[in-house]
Order: sequence, then structure tokens, then C-alpha cells
Amino acid sequence: MENITVGAAAEWLRSLILYIIGNELLTDIVMKFVGLGACIAVILTAAIVLTYAERKVCAFMQVRLGPNRVGGRFGLLQPIADMLKLMSKEDIIPNGCDRVVWALSPMLLFVPSALIYGLFPFDEGAVFADVNVGVFLLLAISSQSVLPFLMGGYASNSKYAYIGGMRTVAQMLSYEAPMVFSLLGVVMITGSMRMNDIVAAQAENVWFIVLQPIAFIIYIITATAETNRTPFDLVEDESEIVAGPFAEYSGMRWALFFLAEYANLLSISILTTTFFLGGWHGPFLPGVVWFWLKVLLMVFVFMWFRWTFPRTRIDQMLSFSWKVLLPLALVNMMFTGIGVYVWRSMM
Amino acid sequence: MNEAVNLIHGVVNWGMGTAADLDMGTLIDASVFYALMWVSVLSALGVVLCKNVVHSALLLTASFIGVGCLYIYMSSPFIGAVQFLVYGGAVAILIVMALMLTRRDDMSESNPSRNIWCRVGAAVISGLFFCCMALVTLLTPFKNVTVDLGDSVTGLADMMLTKYIIPFEVAAVLLLIAMIGALVLAKGAHES
Repeated sequence: MENITVGAAAEWLRSLILYIIGNELLTDIVMKFVGLGACIAVILTAAIVLTYAERKVCAFMQVRLGPNRVGGRFGLLQPIADMLKLMSKEDIIPNGCDRVVWALSPMLLFVPSALIYGLFPFDEGAVFADVNVGVFLLLAISSQSVLPFLMGGYASNSKYAYIGGMRTVAQMLSYEAPMVFSLLGVVMITGSMRMNDIVAAQAENVWFIVLQPIAFIIYIITATAETNRTPFDLVEDESEIVAGPFAEYSGMRWALFFLAEYANLLSISILTTTFFLGGWHGPFLPGVVWFWLKVLLMVFVFMWFRWTFPRTRIDQMLSFSWKVLLPLALVNMMFTGIGVYVWRSMM
Repeated sequence: MNEAVNLIHGVVNWGMGTAADLDMGTLIDASVFYALMWVSVLSALGVVLCKNVVHSALLLTASFIGVGCLYIYMSSPFIGAVQFLVYGGAVAILIVMALMLTRRDDMSESNPSRNIWCRVGAAVISGLFFCCMALVTLLTPFKNVTVDLGDSVTGLADMMLTKYIIPFEVAAVLLLIAMIGALVLAKGAHES
């Protein structure tokens, strides 16, 4: 069972293409595009599955049935119906908006969310770009998603959107700091920033959730804030500022924001799995099954948060980041450093 | 079946042979470089030529990101990531925020480079700078050396923590002072 890996499947596909094309170099180029297509397919499938899952989980938490009309008793075709509705909606462009910036904002927002999928270790040998500074590059790319929110907020020419854009910047910048420091603990224990090394280090010893429980909790909280999900969805905040930067968008433009949001939800689940839950390692089952089991568990946990906790206030949220999470993360980093030093001198 | 595969092999081999004759690898390499270069340069031009100063600031970000991609293209992903994080992430947001918070009702003619004297001054300064850079580049005897650069992160870390440890620490202290100063300015010294 353990030799059924994505890497082996890619090897098989490569040999098939090599047989048909008959040229090593061209096969490698084709395989790069296959990898890209696989990453995009994961994101798009996730957007469809997670919209449905979100509604079902929400219904489960609130003792309701959720979607149950379209496509049988379980409403399985609901996401398709939603998509068709969004596509057929009128494209409303607000008066006095900054047209180009306004139109670019949802597109640019999707780019960093999709780019980081190239760095995820899905299975043995299934990393699109295995960079030696993987963790750092990942944080750098995902930090680029702040500006598109601000662009949307500014260009909509609406006060709610504007406040929402400003809140995004405050929130995402202040939660980035504790997130980086919580991940530094993992990097210090592994001694490498390569994603594969982090997974391998957990396979040899224990999962990092055991060694770094505080970092795990800090990471979960900051990741929820980075994806703007309840209890930290001050950016959208329907009851205060309508829908923040999304307020003036409709139809497919609005759907693009949600595509990015679900891509982000999946990517933080994948990152939690990779950094703290041992990645694709596990007994008996093939690696890729373990990987998706852990990821879907984390997706469920994040949805659980969303439908359990009430929304915080913006000032509570920011002071929580700077006064609680950041010092805690720094202390955790210090103790990790001492621990690593003692461990290495004992060895 | 076999004939079809043989036919495809023939077409592919002919295509790859032609590509090798045309030196396709270098061509692709160069086109990636020129694409990234034009993104950086054209958006830098846009910064100067845009009428709306907010557009200028956003194009400046595009220019930063283009330069970051160029670093990654030159197989130095660490420096590229630093460029993304510091310039694309922090500096760009600072500039855009500052512009948006001090905005006037009409931003369409807000770029200071609309002023004729600003333009003349900018032209003179950039002309001088270009001349200096061109002179330096032309006069430097570049050597063609093949070296194995290895891991750029390890080399950088070794330098920062051994040879350049004092400048590194001084920069850290300077940033701390700047941060405390900014906090005092923003809150007021007497406010608790």
C-alpha cells in the first residue's frame, strides 16, 4: 500500500508521455504543465466542495438541514446552481469608481492565493517547486494579498469599502508578525526552511504539534485572522460595514473574492498539516490519503470556529495580536531556542 | 498504433532539432528575463507618467514585484522573497496608505510630476544618474568567472553573523529606536 504515491503516479504519467512523445526534454516541459494544471484543479475543486461543505457544516452546527433541494436529498448540485446564478448576474459597476484598479482588485487577489500552492508538499515527490527557502518564500508571497484588498476598498469610491480596506491592512499586517514567529519555532527545530525537510523531520520523530503546542495554537488563531474568517472577519463585517471591500462587487467579480477566500482556507489547512500534523506521513494508508484526511479535518476545525465563536471588535482584535500573541510567540521562540541548544549539546 | 507513435516521434524530433538549431534554450531564458525587465521598467515609467498619484503608488508596487521576480529568476529566491516582503509588502502599503489617508476629493491630477519644473529637475537628475551608471559600467573591467555559488542563504547568514555582525546589530538597534520614536510621535509623550 505504501508505494501508492502521487510521485509514483506522476512517474507513470511521465513514462506514458515519454512513450508517446519520445523526447526527454519536451516530456519534462509537458510534466511541468501537468503539475500546474493539478495545482489549479485542486484550487477549483476546493472552491466547489468547500462552498457546499461550509453550508452543510453551518447547518449541522445550527441544527438545520442546509441545502436539500437541488440535486437530490443532500443538495449536492447546490454549488453548481450557485455558480450559474453568479455567472448570469448583471455586472454592476459603481458610479465614480476608479475603473481599472477596481476591476484588477479581485483578479490580483487570487494570484498570491494560487501561487503558494506551488510550494506545498502534497505527497512524496509531489512538490511543484521545492525551494530551499520554502517557508520564507511562502510567507512573502502570501503577504502580497493585502494590497488587492486595499485597492478594492479604495477604488470602489464607497465609505464602507474604504473602511474595510483600511481594516484589512491593519488586521493582516498585525497578524503576520505572530504567525511568522510561531513558524520560526518549527524552522528552528527542523534546521531547514525546505517544506520537504519539515515533513521528513516529523516522520522521523514526533509531530510538531507535540513539540510546539503553543506555536500550533498561535498559528491556528493567526491563520484564521489572515483568511478573514469569523471570529476575525472584521474586513467583511456585514452588520457594521456591509461587506467591506466586496460591497460594490457583484456577479463573477464577487465570486472571484470567494474563490480566493476558499483557496486561502484550503492553503492554511494544508500548511497546518505540513507544519504541525506530520504532512503526508501516516501508517497503513497511502500518503496522499493521510494528507487529505488531515487537511479536511483542519478545514472542518476552521469551519467549526466560524460557526461557534462570535465576531470580535476591531480594537480587541488588534490589541490581542500585539499584546498577547506576539509576546507569547516570542517567548515560545526563546524556549525553543534553549531547548534546541540543550538537545544538541546532549546528543 | 505503432505507426501513429512513430509519426509523433518524427514530428517531435524534427521540432526539437529545429529548436536546438535556433538555440531555443537561450531564447526562452532571454524572453523570461526581458518580460520581467519590461514589467519593472514600464511600471517604473508609469509611476512617473501617471496623472493619479494612487496609480503611481500601485505601479511602484508592480515594479518592486517585478524586481523581486528578477532575483528569483537569477536563482536567488531568498533575496527575491525579501524584496516581496519588505518592498512589496511593507513599503508599498505604507506609501499607498499615506496617499489614501491624505487624499483630496479629486485625485485625477494629483501627481506632483505634473508640474513642469518637477519634470525638468527629474529629467536632469535621472540623466546625470544614467550617465554615471553608464560610465561606471563601461569602465569596470568585468571578469568572466565560473563559480559555484551554492546556497545563497547560508552564505548570507554566515556573513551577517560573523563578519558583519556589528552593522547587523546596529541596524537592529536603529530600527528599534525608530519604532519607539514612531510610537511616541503617534501617541504623544504624555498620554499613558
